[in-house]
Amino acid sequence: MHLDRRVRKSAGRMVANEPAWLRWLLIGLAFFIVGWLIVLPLVYVFWQALSGGLGLFWKNVWHDPDTRHAIWLTLTVAPLAVLLNTLFGLAAAWVITRFDFPGKPLLVTLLDLPFAVSPVVAGLCFMLLFGMQGWWGPLLRTWGIKVVFAWPGILLATMFVTLPFVARELIPLMQALGPDEELAAISLGANPWQMFWRVTLPNIRWGLLFGVIQCHARAIGEFGAVYVVSGHIAGETDTMPLRVEKLFQEYNNPGSFAVAAVLALIALGTLVLGKLVLKHLEPPEQPESEPLS
Amino acid sequence: MSINIRGVHKRFGDFHALNNINLEVPTGKLVALLGPSGSGKTTLLRIISGLETADEGSILFQDEDVTGRSVRDREVGFVFQHYALFRHMTVFENIAFGMRVRKAPNSEVQSRVKELLQLVRLEGLGQRYPAELSGGQRQRVALARALAVRPRMLLLDEPFGALDAKVRQELRSWLRKLHEEMHVTTVFVTHDQEEAFEVADQVVVLRGGQIEQVGTPTEVFDHPATPFVMDFLGNVNVFQGRLENGEMHLGPFRMDYPEYTHSHAQQATAYVRPHELELTREPASSRSLAARVIQLNPAGSVLKARVRSEDLGIELTVDVVREQADLLRLRVGDDVFVSPRNVRVFLPSDFAI
Amino acid sequence: MFRRWIRPSPLPGFLPALGLTAAILSLLLLIPLVACVVKATSLTPQEFLAAAWSPRARSAYLLTFGAALAAAVADVILGTLLAWVLVRYEFPGRSAIDTLIDLPFALPTAVAGLVYSALYVKTGWLGRWLTPLGFHGAYSRTAIVLVLTFLGLPFVVRTVQPVLESLEGDIEEAAASLGASRSQTFGRILLPSMWPGIVTGFALAFARGLGEYGSVVFVSGNMPFKTEIAAVLVVARLEEFKYAEATAVAVVLLASSLSTLWLINWLEARSRRHAS
Repeated sequence: MHLDRRVRKSAGRMVANEPAWLRWLLIGLAFFIVGWLIVLPLVYVFWQALSGGLGLFWKNVWHDPDTRHAIWLTLTVAPLAVLLNTLFGLAAAWVITRFDFPGKPLLVTLLDLPFAVSPVVAGLCFMLLFGMQGWWGPLLRTWGIKVVFAWPGILLATMFVTLPFVARELIPLMQALGPDEELAAISLGANPWQMFWRVTLPNIRWGLLFGVIQCHARAIGEFGAVYVVSGHIAGETDTMPLRVEKLFQEYNNPGSFAVAAVLALIALGTLVLGKLVLKHLEPPEQPESEPLS
Repeated sequence: MSINIRGVHKRFGDFHALNNINLEVPTGKLVALLGPSGSGKTTLLRIISGLETADEGSILFQDEDVTGRSVRDREVGFVFQHYALFRHMTVFENIAFGMRVRKAPNSEVQSRVKELLQLVRLEGLGQRYPAELSGGQRQRVALARALAVRPRMLLLDEPFGALDAKVRQELRSWLRKLHEEMHVTTVFVTHDQEEAFEVADQVVVLRGGQIEQVGTPTEVFDHPATPFVMDFLGNVNVFQGRLENGEMHLGPFRMDYPEYTHSHAQQATAYVRPHELELTREPASSRSLAARVIQLNPAGSVLKARVRSEDLGIELTVDVVREQADLLRLRVGDDVFVSPRNVRVFLPSDFAI
Repeated sequence: MFRRWIRPSPLPGFLPALGLTAAILSLLLLIPLVACVVKATSLTPQEFLAAAWSPRARSAYLLTFGAALAAAVADVILGTLLAWVLVRYEFPGRSAIDTLIDLPFALPTAVAGLVYSALYVKTGWLGRWLTPLGFHGAYSRTAIVLVLTFLGLPFVVRTVQPVLESLEGDIEEAAASLGASRSQTFGRILLPSMWPGIVTGFALAFARGLGEYGSVVFVSGNMPFKTEIAAVLVVARLEEFKYAEATAVAVVLLASSLSTLWLINWLEARSRRHAS
């Protein structure tokens, strides 16, 4: 799936010759749509969270031990999942864009699989593997390893859902960059590590960062898979999204909106960071082009 | 550092890129691999460098078998067609790269890079980035980078292909001078016959994965071994005819060809270069061919005349030297006579085109 | 020939990278999915049908499918308009809107669900105006479509935007010089070029909607036969410890989303062939 959100500059001029009234109508409609579907909900989250005052907000976020634990859990598991998926993404992008081998198209298709699987189904699959009646659950239990209803399960479920993000960002980028610089480095005597650190990584750093940002946003927000796998035990295996739901079920509106507001803030931060990184993601310059001066 | 290529084969799927290549490149020579696209010249270069692996055969550097060695261990300087400069490093760091990965001391790096920047006439541009350079400048950086680690040989893949004609000219003569200074065994790939001739000591003509001929530029031009070589290197007029008893029969026209003494007739193809045909107002000999001028193209120091022979039913291109052209004062429609000074005949049975 | 397998390329790391990739894909992706399918086969065909095709399940599929479809259609209309405006017009706030479009991607679905349910209940900011008008945006099927529309919107915008951006201005000028009116230019030239992007965006939004759980759980009320989507049914069965039955429904869900994925890939390959 190519959801290329990079703005590709068109070569030609944009000719918008619609009459002014139509143009402004459409622009107005655009504002209305975005305002209704996106801005209003965003504003509402913060309004509700802060409606009892900043003090109540802070109390809900920080002084509730279960909420505190949920925040801690999310902010440790999500980055860990992102780290592991980044390593995976680098390896996958490397092998896919720099080598030819039988089964490559299959590999590429498999990469997209998490997008096609409902998170709940993913969670179910891990229950079937690691639950008490699962394939490996009982065995791991005898070794003292708890996967479901514990943070390893949450980690696995999160990794499943966010697996493709970094790889999908790196693959078109590395494809466009081509192997020549890396081959040149090797021919000049660089060992594999030197080649990666000095040549590959600097060239992909913005795409990598963008992928990591997206992966992280998704990891923090994951609900369905984690819901199934964690057993949503308050104070133990609730992540922040799960905490929102729990507080909602307990009719604790200020509480759930407080946590939701923190999540929304993180989401906004993601958007802004992503936009900043996007600016650095110009398409790689074709080697034969002459400089514009 | 001589290069010895023995029995090299390379296939890409069903496509035979190289077929039983045997070649020796003497130490210190500048050799051109010349041929049309698909001839295998780039593949051969990459196999020499280690960037590709041959399916069969061996590569020897100065009697040392390097066939199994990775490109890193072969100590070759490779210049890529599109330069492959490290886009996020300055010119200085690009050139220094080979030394940096060998952990050379900084003082050594500084002096060597400075030396090379002078050699390639890019002093002062050390802090620029590749995107800020012109094509010709980038090419010189790529060369300096390859030379920085004192490679055993230099391999260049169509080094001047992407450049303007004038820049190409300058870089060609510059490469030639550089080679004369440094005497590093150099192999470069080109599809431009003029370039190969101008720069190289030795030319290897490739076609369809096989070597057609190896020799100095003069050798391959004056004594082409196959019709392909003759046709590829410069313009040529082609006649179909018959060989019999020491003569070439081209329609009603006869030419001496004493090399063929057999009495039974043989189909043959005759090749004559445009500058090997003489144009006169009156027949120069009994072997002159009558023709009519149909096109005249002044091309600098030479007048390219296109003439048609009704007897043979073919058109010929004749290069007429300026002084001669002034004397003749040709005009389209004139009746003239064409006499060959030198003809090469190839028997179709020996060569398939 | 043999040599090529020992060293397929001068670039390093082939085997380690391939090994790591294949290992993670198997352990994290393939084996779990296989476990799911295997569990489903532990049922007899009758049991499977009873679980996967029960009246409750059927109504869940219908709702899931229908809501995702309706939301995707809404996304196409709204998203195309947004993409059009973003690409073709300059106006203050354009950059902000462009950034905000991605919010449904970045925002946790639980937050979306929480907010959407709160906004549209009888006492909510929007609910208090809309409910008297008959528009029940919470704990209803409409609510599901609403929140799915929110979640799928960026898909359409981000697939149509590049298409519009790559359109050269001279095409419209050429059409005008040949006598076409604005609506003709739009209908005969612009819309057909945008169409592949629209279709891909639709398919992506649809696929998203099929699998969504986190937000729907908040807004729908999860009433069986009324507002219960397939994913909620799976979880319900899980919480009853009826794993096999949950798996049966999951397999149906899996099959439908895999088909959609395949469809999307086919559409993309097709549009790549038709493009330059």
